[in-house]
Amino acid sequence: MQPQPVVQLEDIRKTYRNGELEVHAVRGISLEMHTGEFIAIMGASGSGKSTLMNTLGCLDRPTSGRYLLDGVDVSGLNRNERADLRNQKLGFVFQGFNLLSRTSALENVELPMLYAPRRVSAREMRDRAMHALDIVGLAARHDHLPNQLSGGQQQRVAIARALVNEPRVLLADEPTGNLDTRTSVEVMGVFQRLNEQGITIVMVTHELDIAHYCKRNLIVRDGLGVRDELVSDRLRSEDELAKLNQAEVLAKLSHA
Amino acid sequence: MRIIATTVISLRALRRNKLRSFLTALGIIIGVGSVITMVSIGNGAKAQVEAQVASLGRNVISVFPGSVTTGGARGGQGSSNTLTVEDALAIKREIMGAVSVSPELRQGNQVQGNGLNWRTQVHGVDPDFLSIRTWNIAEGDMFTDNDVRSTTKVCVVGATIVKQIFPDVDPVGQVLRVGNIPFRIVGVLESKGFNYFGSDQDDVVLMPYTSFMSRVFRWRNTVNNILIEASTPEAMERVQLDIADLLAQRRGDREPDFTVRNQLELAAAASKTSGTMTQLLAGIAFVSLVVGGIGIMNIMLVSVTERTREIGIRLAIGAHDRDIRIQFLIEAMILSAMGGILGSLLGIGISHTLSNLNGWPVLVSTQSIVVAVAFSAAFGIGFGFYPAHKAAKLDPIEALRFE
Repeated sequence: MQPQPVVQLEDIRKTYRNGELEVHAVRGISLEMHTGEFIAIMGASGSGKSTLMNTLGCLDRPTSGRYLLDGVDVSGLNRNERADLRNQKLGFVFQGFNLLSRTSALENVELPMLYAPRRVSAREMRDRAMHALDIVGLAARHDHLPNQLSGGQQQRVAIARALVNEPRVLLADEPTGNLDTRTSVEVMGVFQRLNEQGITIVMVTHELDIAHYCKRNLIVRDGLGVRDELVSDRLRSEDELAKLNQAEVLAKLSHA
Repeated sequence: MRIIATTVISLRALRRNKLRSFLTALGIIIGVGSVITMVSIGNGAKAQVEAQVASLGRNVISVFPGSVTTGGARGGQGSSNTLTVEDALAIKREIMGAVSVSPELRQGNQVQGNGLNWRTQVHGVDPDFLSIRTWNIAEGDMFTDNDVRSTTKVCVVGATIVKQIFPDVDPVGQVLRVGNIPFRIVGVLESKGFNYFGSDQDDVVLMPYTSFMSRVFRWRNTVNNILIEASTPEAMERVQLDIADLLAQRRGDREPDFTVRNQLELAAAASKTSGTMTQLLAGIAFVSLVVGGIGIMNIMLVSVTERTREIGIRLAIGAHDRDIRIQFLIEAMILSAMGGILGSLLGIGISHTLSNLNGWPVLVSTQSIVVAVAFSAAFGIGFGFYPAHKAAKLDPIEALRFE
């Protein structure tokens, strides 16, 4: 028997009204996602991928269509119910990291627990935040402020923050958009390891090579899903990092 | 309830921006500080005025000569010179509630002694004068009823006379010439300083009123006024009426030529004046408190705009509208409460410094602190509400996109 999909979109449409003008950002996308998947939504800017991502993230409501998250229809929920859903079932990673400035990594990771519907004790909060930082390999830097961390480290703190409430789905919006090649590969490595541990990940990207680290690619164009396929020649971050290291060594040798 | 978590969030947000938090609170600090300082100064002045009025004597009733009409022209207060020592003696004899009675005869005169001279006020009074005016003898003794009966040439002098005529000798036992008549000084009055109206109360020579009438100013037996001390504050009104009746009776059919006044009326007028001043000062200071509150609103509004992205992050991560609203409200409240507490300390500090430095009488009242702090907390909620509401209504997607 096929297990229940964790995300189920049925003919999702989103229309923005701009005065007289109607903009059809998403024009009927249906999609099923199962636990353990690692999917990249790809498309050029204006393709509707961001709107689709906001809908998946329960930040926005579709104009029509049904969205079942973990078997629950979320299209009819109000603002605060959606906030609880985002807090408990979804984890967000943004392009610009979006950490609170002048706030330690630990306190940033604790933030989602402060908004949890159930009160979390200060001690449990700290333990869980430290655990999440440990997963992304930053436990030793828990007291660093964002401006004392590199871009890749900041994004790993953001991933720890997204993980701390043990969400059903991790949503990443251009997570490598502000990072250089090497740190992009490192961050993708973090996502791959998390996925291997069974965490479902949805990622928006416009970079083809980044999409190749995922298991499945959905191509969106003009508000429609035009291609949905499994990645055959999947990249592994360990291999790519090894290649990068080798290239750097070579570069140094050639200069020497 | 998420209130504990939200308080933690607010505290963390304030701590992240210590300088901004302090500057925001500064408006309230100054507002509360000035309210407390102003009210303290006002209260101090009021208390001092009341003390000075009280120093004129307790339960004191004064009888002044009234006006006299000469050929149709009315002479005004004190123009009659028909209030006499006999009137004073009659009051002493007949009025039950009058504990002490003293006639007071005043005349400016040149006095000499110790090779020096000085122009001063010479008073002829009864020994009871001191108890009525709650005045004490600092050195030596007051003259006695015996001295009054036998018109002895004795006197007591005020501190200013000692300073001007006997700066280097013990005045008690010395001779003071009033006009040409030598008086033996038997005592020195305790210093009373300046009175509410600014005249030196210590520039005075007191002598038995009988000696004053028979030896110094032989041509007069009329008094400037009669001082009466009533037994209790409650008895004052009764005694006042009785005195008026008695004096009217003694004058038969003649037009009443006297006025009876009591100390309470003067005290009330003086304390009303300084009360008005306190209110005026407090009013000015209150304006600065309001300005401080508006300052908090301004900074909170700027802060909402500046922190749009932060609010977006919080909303995306699962904050409800209410969490954001309460966070900003609590931030505003903490700022104004902190401002209130620091402002109180500042106000108390300035009040004490002023009183030490300038010798101003300053009275810090608990009431003014409670009111100032309560108002600053109310301003926190009041002026914090609009920015908080504005923050809570933000759309998470828009807020996250905000640069």
